[in-house]
Amino acid sequence: MKRSSQQRLGTLLRLVILILGLGFVLLPIWYMVITSFKPQTMIFELPPRLWPRTWTLKNYVVALGKDNFGLYFLNSSKVAIVSTFLTVLISSMLAFVFARLRFPGKEALFTMFLLGMMVPPVMLIIPQFLVAKWLNLFNHWGLILVYATMNISMQTFLLRGVFENVPRDLEEAALIDGGGPWTIFWKIILPLSWPGISVVIINTFLYSWEEFAWANVAIKNASQRTLPIGIALFQSEHLTEWGQVFAASLVALVPVLIIFIIFQRHFVQGISTTGLKG
Amino acid sequence: MPTKRRYSDLLPALIFLLPGLILFILFFLGPMLYSLRISFFAWKIVHPDQSVFVGFDNYQRALSDPIFQRAIFNTLAYTVITVFVKMALGLGVALLLNQNFHGRTFFRVAYYLPVITSWVIVSLLFEYMFNGQAGLVNYILRDILRLIPKDIIWFADPILTLIPIILLDIWKGIGWAAIIFLAGLQAIPTELYEAARVDGANSSAQLRYITWPLLGPTIVFLVVVLVIGGLNAYVPFQLITHGGDPMDLTHSILTLMYEATFGRIDFGYGAAISYLLTVFVFFVSLIELRLMKQQAA
Repeated sequence: MKRSSQQRLGTLLRLVILILGLGFVLLPIWYMVITSFKPQTMIFELPPRLWPRTWTLKNYVVALGKDNFGLYFLNSSKVAIVSTFLTVLISSMLAFVFARLRFPGKEALFTMFLLGMMVPPVMLIIPQFLVAKWLNLFNHWGLILVYATMNISMQTFLLRGVFENVPRDLEEAALIDGGGPWTIFWKIILPLSWPGISVVIINTFLYSWEEFAWANVAIKNASQRTLPIGIALFQSEHLTEWGQVFAASLVALVPVLIIFIIFQRHFVQGISTTGLKG
Repeated sequence: MPTKRRYSDLLPALIFLLPGLILFILFFLGPMLYSLRISFFAWKIVHPDQSVFVGFDNYQRALSDPIFQRAIFNTLAYTVITVFVKMALGLGVALLLNQNFHGRTFFRVAYYLPVITSWVIVSLLFEYMFNGQAGLVNYILRDILRLIPKDIIWFADPILTLIPIILLDIWKGIGWAAIIFLAGLQAIPTELYEAARVDGANSSAQLRYITWPLLGPTIVFLVVVLVIGGLNAYVPFQLITHGGDPMDLTHSILTLMYEATFGRIDFGYGAAISYLLTVFVFFVSLIELRLMKQQAA
């Protein structure tokens, strides 16, 4: 009897703390949402309201029709999708080598790739800028190739852990049937590593969708801008029109949200199948 | 179990490695070495062949520059505070969420929401919330909690400006720390807890003798990754301080690097700053890994 009432108290306490925390987490997001529905005259009203007196869709209509928002949205989608696809493919190929194949110098090579986790992406901007100039890559391919490169170290590290957990017996069976490394990679390792790959997809898509520093120097042509650049510019040009800034921002969050909802089911499980567990 | 293999490993390894290796050399390794070279020159972007070798001059200029020293201070303060708070709160949230109860998935997704928002967007959002006139934060502090007599102009003071930036990073980062902790917690075998319960250990003893030691690798990973991320802070500083306002006192190391390079077209100086940062990050990571290993042993 005593034990169960104690447990109930514990559960109640946990819920209270979680809900308080939730307030801290959700308040800024809620404030952004309602500001995007406020008319411009109420953006600086006192006191600030968490429930607007008047709701309007005007911010969305104006912001989405302005400054090539649709074009930036398409640009970002293209860059993020291709970068994610390339990163998943390349990192899993690398991870397969490091998890499963044997050849001299493997550990040294792996360590070299890990270096990529320690070096700040922004610090490489100067020389990458020069490489892009040399290869004529001040366009979407310049973004895609750099995003893939900046992601492969971390994602290869995660996937190596995942692939090492795939039972070897299956591989032996494929070998007996005469399959080579490509068959093993494609037919056995990849299908069994779906949770881990979900984590890689979320990580990479998020990175490519929101990257700002490199896109800011690598894209000269206004028609090729991605969303983060578009939104930052929009804010500096229309300083106080916060309703429109947030309307555009919220629309920009939708794809990330969709990707996350699709893949989140595997997320926690996926992380614990990577190299992180004890 | 080294059974006999029917294929040799070297050739397939090469084929699998090739695309990654090309990208890595072209956009990572090559650039890193090239950047090292630039840092020793008064680099001319239009005519690189006319660049003048200046030895360690760029490095010396950086180290004796008060703006750079200030940027180091800002970056270190930001890193130490945010890493510590994110780890503590992230672990707390993970422990609360690591049990079976109704609505668990809802809480998980909700706490993760800030992580998937974009840095650009939430930097602007915090700038708006901390606005001096009619900002939400001032209103809460002054009119609801009555902690301050009049509105604070957050972005006019170099120290106060750091507060929204730090809070932003904590707000955005708790969910990620929590999810990594959660993965670590779920990798701990439940039999250990059952055995401990049979032996009469209460939940705080279980936390101290089972959970905490077995979370070791997770904690190492988090500290290393979060510290690297903190030292490399760029977007929130850039957007909230508009590149060092007021008076270049609120730079992070990387916003200063960016301004020197692309604002003043001083590529050599910018490259020197980024190398100083990289070497520092590298050694900090090594020391962290060493310390943690010692503790685990």
